[in-house]
Amino acid sequence: MKPRPLLLALALSVPFAMLGQTSAQARDLTVVNFGGANGDAQTAAFIKPFEKESGKPVISVAYNGEQAKVKAMVQSHDVVWDAVEVETGDLGRGCEEGTYENIDWSKILDKSDIVQGALKYCGVGTFVWSTVLAYNADALKTAPTGWADFWNVKKFPGKRGLRKGAHYNLEFALMADGVAPSDVYKVLATPEGVDRAFKKLDELKPYIQWWEAGAQPVQMLSAGDVVMSAAYNGRIDAAQREGRNLKVVWNGGVYDFDYWVIPTGSTNKDQAIAFVKYASSPKAQAAYSQHIAYGPISKKAIGMLSPDVLAKLPNSPANARNALFNDLDFWTDHGEELEQRFAAWAAR
Amino acid sequence: MILVGPLALFLLIIFVIPIGSLLTRAIDNPEVIQTLPTTLKALQHWDRKSTPPDTAYLALSQDLTKAKNSPSAGELARRLNYEIPGYRSLLFKTLRRTPIQATDGPAARDALLAIDKRWSELPYWAAIANNDKSWSPYYLLASLDLKLNSKGDVTSVPPDTSAFRAIFSRTFVISLVVTLVTLLLGYPLSYWITRLSKRRANLVLICILIPFWTSILVRIAAWVVLLQREGLVNSALMHLGLISEPLPLLFNRLGVYIAMVHILLPFMVLPLYSVMQSVPPTYQRAAISLGSHPFAAFWRVYVPQTYPGIGAGSLLVFIIAVGYYITPALLGGAGDQMISYYVAYFTNQTTNWGMASALGLILLVGTLLLYSLYRKISGKELTLG
Repeated sequence: MKPRPLLLALALSVPFAMLGQTSAQARDLTVVNFGGANGDAQTAAFIKPFEKESGKPVISVAYNGEQAKVKAMVQSHDVVWDAVEVETGDLGRGCEEGTYENIDWSKILDKSDIVQGALKYCGVGTFVWSTVLAYNADALKTAPTGWADFWNVKKFPGKRGLRKGAHYNLEFALMADGVAPSDVYKVLATPEGVDRAFKKLDELKPYIQWWEAGAQPVQMLSAGDVVMSAAYNGRIDAAQREGRNLKVVWNGGVYDFDYWVIPTGSTNKDQAIAFVKYASSPKAQAAYSQHIAYGPISKKAIGMLSPDVLAKLPNSPANARNALFNDLDFWTDHGEELEQRFAAWAAR
Repeated sequence: MILVGPLALFLLIIFVIPIGSLLTRAIDNPEVIQTLPTTLKALQHWDRKSTPPDTAYLALSQDLTKAKNSPSAGELARRLNYEIPGYRSLLFKTLRRTPIQATDGPAARDALLAIDKRWSELPYWAAIANNDKSWSPYYLLASLDLKLNSKGDVTSVPPDTSAFRAIFSRTFVISLVVTLVTLLLGYPLSYWITRLSKRRANLVLICILIPFWTSILVRIAAWVVLLQREGLVNSALMHLGLISEPLPLLFNRLGVYIAMVHILLPFMVLPLYSVMQSVPPTYQRAAISLGSHPFAAFWRVYVPQTYPGIGAGSLLVFIIAVGYYITPALLGGAGDQMISYYVAYFTNQTTNWGMASALGLILLVGTLLLYSLYRKISGKELTLG
């Protein structure tokens, strides 16, 4: 068979294209997110419409949140990612260490439309997600109503799923011990509060089944390995769409944002800003929340959604009433210390 | 010599140099001396018991003014936060109020104290003064649950937060158990294969190798399906009436052992098989014909001839097992994680590369020590049959 000229040209151009990535003009805007169902929703709600509007192609890349990659790119002055979705904990650190461009988003976006907490100095919220109590409605006759029930192994016998690590579990433990969501971080900031949280975790230790990846609690709940679990609300929603009888308790959920950042030295900075501006618009945000159960960062978008969709979002007025906003500053200051204490606790 | 030149160069460029530079991060300590040079000078003769001199306050306010809005401020805050959790937000709180309008020591002191009372506490100043060198044993000590106290002596961290010693010993225990179990399972299997005809031996070897070509994640997922509460193993045992309650086979140490043994078994079988193949069966028959009990003939004539295979297989399995990460992460509980889990945590999640390098360095040294112990005991170099 004769080699097709087009394929041949493509094959030959690949190495050159890779060489050319460092040179400024040739590179298309590269948007990096976490892939999966979230990536698909972003492609439909942000990337495709933005391509149409700007008339320029956008490359979409999935990664696993490793900031080591971004940091290495910035340090070697070879930045090939332009708009990157990062988690809260990474935002603070990366911003302070200059890994992300310092952009005052409050001057670029319509400040009055953005929900509280979504505007940070280096980043702007991508969407709102929440770590919630989820349960298998086939396994439990009465519905649990909060973390106190999660700790009540007499009334709700069976194993519980929690994510390996200190983050969120200490908050859940304090709420189970009767601390109001608004006071959780005040209590946790004291050594006595930390002791109190670990003591509460002690009570539940024999009943805990630990998970690592977001897909695991869904699998564990469906398989009957656990009766209740902490889980990411988007994963539970995806399981519900597949017809599994899993339910969410919004009371005491810890909600948080993912953020858009622009790595320092990106040659497509202006285009990346335009993309983030588009993705934060009410229209794009409302479209996104219809694809996946993550909440919009735009107040107008919340108004544009139907009650059915709102019932599944972490920051709809009803669901957010008794929720806790993850305290980024607290976890950047105390994260390593508490994770180490958690490792010591788990080894006992 | 010339023939191995290209390989040596290749190894040097892609292996020795990157790993070496990574390991130097375990003691690298540039943040304080680069960002707070004048403060360090002012603290040079400070005794660490009395309040720091006023000149130190002035020097700090000047250094911070210079560092404001530069990446070095973030690096400094991260470094000092390791010494005292909360130092990071103290520094950023202070940085937000810079430049401090003070021209002499007492005024700078008042200005800093007005921003935060913590600037009057000695440990915050000692944290700066103790990092006056471009290298620091901090990460290596922290990896062994040790730290330097304010006097400069090495002390243990409180048992509440002391984790890494337990994790290192857990890593070696898990690897050792996995090595022993693969040896117990692999030895009879390899022996059996050597007794088969050539064609059938090939068939069995292919059966051993097929899982080897499957992605490790797929195999882990398969174990989840088999071992979960209502999985195949539990439901089979319950149907047979052997158990009345499902056994906890997953998300604990047992699950980690089962999957790791399965994944690492080929690494034991292959070296064993290759050694056993070269052992002439006539020796054993000769021993029996000379009046030895068949078991004694096996134990005293056959087994010693397979020692190189046992050594090579065990070493291979042990060294691979020591670095295991994804299997314990997905199949183990919070108390079953091996050291690589924490290396990944520090590398990717908190980007504390000093700590990640230090843990890696200690793991490397520990493994090399065990290897030299092996050489001492076996008295020979590692050979593959």
